[in-house]
Amino acid sequence: MSAYKVLPAGDTALVVEFGDRVDRKLSTFVLALARRIDEMRLDGIIETVPTFRSLMVHYDPLILSAEALTNRIISLMEGLSTSDYRGHTWRLPVCYDSEFALDLEDVAARTGLTVPQVVERHASVTYHVYMLGFMPGLAYMGDVPAELTLSRRESPRLKIPAGSLGIGMAMSCIFPGESPCGLHIIGRSPVPLFRHQTNSGAGPSALLAPGDGVVYAPISIREYRELAAKAADGTLDIAPADVLTGAAA
Amino acid sequence: MTALLRVVQPGLLTTIQDLGRAGYQSLGITVGGALDPVGLRAANALVGNAAGAGALEVLYFGPTMVVEADDVRMSFAGAGAAIDILPDERATVGMRLETMRSVRLRRGDVVRIGSLSGGAVLYVAVEGGFRIEPVLGSVATDIRGGIGGWQARALIAGDRLPLCRTQASERDEWRLEGLNLAPPSRVRVIAGPQTDYFAESEITAFFESQYVVGSGSNRQGMRLEGRPIAHARGYNITSDGIAPGSIQVPGNGQPIAMLAERQTTGGYPKIATVISADLPALGRLPIGAKFRFAPVTIEAAQAARRELFAEIARIQERIGPVVRGADSIDVAPLLYDYNLISGVVDASNWVM
Repeated sequence: MSAYKVLPAGDTALVVEFGDRVDRKLSTFVLALARRIDEMRLDGIIETVPTFRSLMVHYDPLILSAEALTNRIISLMEGLSTSDYRGHTWRLPVCYDSEFALDLEDVAARTGLTVPQVVERHASVTYHVYMLGFMPGLAYMGDVPAELTLSRRESPRLKIPAGSLGIGMAMSCIFPGESPCGLHIIGRSPVPLFRHQTNSGAGPSALLAPGDGVVYAPISIREYRELAAKAADGTLDIAPADVLTGAAA
Repeated sequence: MTALLRVVQPGLLTTIQDLGRAGYQSLGITVGGALDPVGLRAANALVGNAAGAGALEVLYFGPTMVVEADDVRMSFAGAGAAIDILPDERATVGMRLETMRSVRLRRGDVVRIGSLSGGAVLYVAVEGGFRIEPVLGSVATDIRGGIGGWQARALIAGDRLPLCRTQASERDEWRLEGLNLAPPSRVRVIAGPQTDYFAESEITAFFESQYVVGSGSNRQGMRLEGRPIAHARGYNITSDGIAPGSIQVPGNGQPIAMLAERQTTGGYPKIATVISADLPALGRLPIGAKFRFAPVTIEAAQAARRELFAEIARIQERIGPVVRGADSIDVAPLLYDYNLISGVVDASNWVM
């Protein structure tokens, strides 16, 4: 197991920090620890929030002291294996048509590739969902192939439509809702990544979870419109392709 | 007949809030809820609601609402406020009402809440609560995420907020005395988690400086103006979790204290974290207020949390009847024909 630190974030949260960078191996440790803590269902733990390189554990110190929680975490860390988490793999349709891909030509120019090459490269890898954050259901998927890695836009857009797919640094993100955005927009997915209400009447839910794998399947604008119409009716059902274990990731 | 409050004028930012929506942060869903949960609890206690029932959170300037129910019991807790009860929508002059009490309003009565004073937030609860479906276990309004509350947004003119009760219970009005809901001059913090991103001298300066609540503040975060804090190793960190009260230091060195509707993760170094016992007080600080941070240990923070819970437990003891005649509303027979029957509270009638 790699080195880690347990740091207080006030008196109701602890951060278990595995490193200071975006790294798939660190992420698998974060997710494995999250899984172990969640499965323990320890009184006083409110929730765990995995991020790229650390796990935040929210707790009630009047039920579980910081010291007791730290000791539990230290014992869980012993023998922690990256095969301790399971995720699903998803094939998400993405339309790279110029109607949606506001920055695709710009990305091609900046990377010295052609537009078809950018699309081909972007859709060539299996992405890992590191974490959800920023807005409900927004997944940080990485890593974008090195030749497509760009810093964020100098001037963020104030509003991009729901479904927009943006890249920046090593991350690829599909925005579940309208949002301000500093990423380079290269496509749009018709799949609702966050539902405020499911068809069964259950509450909000996110399609992707940390630890999932994602492959983008390029679609034409006609296919996009068909799928978007289904999504609007609530009849677009996307099922995970298969279960991915940590060891296979 | 449906019982509701009709919004004539919505106020600056009036939302339904409760104690928040914990448990979904790993999906990117904020906890949210009341900026000042102690004020919320006080308002609920004054109308006999469960402590965490949804109530209206008023920021800086309040709404004007018309009662469209046989009658309704309403309470006000938090900052001082210019609250007037008017006999109808055309009236301009009404009766001034103090906060920290309940009042019974009749059909057609107008409650007009003006500017708040001495704090940023006021809670307005109704007996029995608002008839709003919880989302993920909470009625808190998450505006950014578009989740929960009244149509997932702040009130607008014309809104008709449904009430659970069609009538107020038969009892005298209550007031709450001795609960301090004033904004603090000192806010206690625990250093970190990213103290290693700041030189020792900058951390010292953070604790020694006076900060002013900046005008860019909102329910998500409080922007602080004061001595800028320099970073030792740049200001972009790989995003990690944001705790309640996390104090982020962005590139310009002006700290941002994360409040109820904070995002779940963030990418600026966090110099310190406000202790849980001081979060309600932090949430009351209005724009322009001056205060300082004080470092404490985690043990001290936990002791303070126990004290806060003890203080919350005393809210009920501090509630007593409004003294008749000592109070404008009960000496206004022209407008109100109050039920003068007994001071006995019939609990079975108003606990829903």
